[in-house]
Amino acid sequence: MHELSLVMGIIDIAEEQVKKNHGSRVDQIELEIGTMAGVVMESLDFAWDVAVKNTVLRTAARQVIRVQAKARCMNCNNEFFIESRFEPCPICHDYLTAFVQGKELRVKSLVIS
Amino acid sequence: MCSTCGCDQPDGVTITRVGEEEVKFKAVEAGALLHAVHHHGPDAGRLVEVEQDILIKNNQAAAHNRHHFESDGILAINLVSSPGSGKTTLLEQTLVMAAGLTCYVIEGDQQTMNDAHRIAKTGAPVVQINTGKGCHLDANMVHHAIHKLTPVPGSIVFIENVGNLVCPALFDLGEGFRVAIISVTEGDDKPLKYPDMFESSDLCIINKMDLLPYVNFDVAKCKAYARLANPEIEFLEVSATKGDGVEGWINWLQRQR
Repeated sequence: MHELSLVMGIIDIAEEQVKKNHGSRVDQIELEIGTMAGVVMESLDFAWDVAVKNTVLRTAARQVIRVQAKARCMNCNNEFFIESRFEPCPICHDYLTAFVQGKELRVKSLVIS
Repeated sequence: MCSTCGCDQPDGVTITRVGEEEVKFKAVEAGALLHAVHHHGPDAGRLVEVEQDILIKNNQAAAHNRHHFESDGILAINLVSSPGSGKTTLLEQTLVMAAGLTCYVIEGDQQTMNDAHRIAKTGAPVVQINTGKGCHLDANMVHHAIHKLTPVPGSIVFIENVGNLVCPALFDLGEGFRVAIISVTEGDDKPLKYPDMFESSDLCIINKMDLLPYVNFDVAKCKAYARLANPEIEFLEVSATKGDGVEGWINWLQRQR
């Protein structure tokens, strides 16, 4: 359940931005979360509903952009989408791969009013 | 260490030094550690492009801790594992056998001072962090614990994380090295099931080796699985209760200083 800590982090960012922009609340928030960021979306939903009460995010519409994880084969340089960390390269079948994307945990944008 | 940041104790978390009276702390003020971030966005009612890492607060506190450790030549070790893998027992043995090293310990558990009391018996200064409901330590908790512990330059600080192979993987504490402990009474496929933790660890200690003849644990398989997650991970085999292999671990620590 580290998702609650993540939501607390999102609230901190939102509060800070609302203050900086002299607003009172967030109408929309756009998050970018990689498919291998270690986040269970159901847990995030659960933590969200509880945590945003009485904060600037209480009525914010949330949009989540899921970034599909991708790896690069260290042998043939092929880049391919992955579902798990242990998938071999579909072309040369080498297991030695480097992570390209999929660990994103970002607040992309806010609409503040 | 940080007279400028003015941060307070994290909410719901207690940090107690053995022998000290327990003190309750106030909640941390939101944004207390965010002083390094500046965003010049448009006026209210407008779209603000933030592009900010959700873990930024933790990562900033971790960078702060790391700077403190590095400038004082302190070796900080983040010990992570499932509950019951023998982290505390390994620490007890290490502190007894590495009598020549100056060591400090930060203990992380949801509840109780039990582990801190065990460590205190070895004579090492120890601080217990009780996370309450929390499933992991974060950099801010460690920051406060370090203030209580005041380790001397050149020492080793062991941070025993909450027993959990999932959540602590995401939270940098500012440590120099992350050490994952797995015991032979667990499944040898743990690195496959919890790859994040093994991917982010520098060393994997396989503990309870004295029980290997009685259990179904394939050491070679476990290592191969861990290398899938992290090809550069190192391994040590120990029996913390018997003391076997602990010297190798102490030598490893000395090589990192």
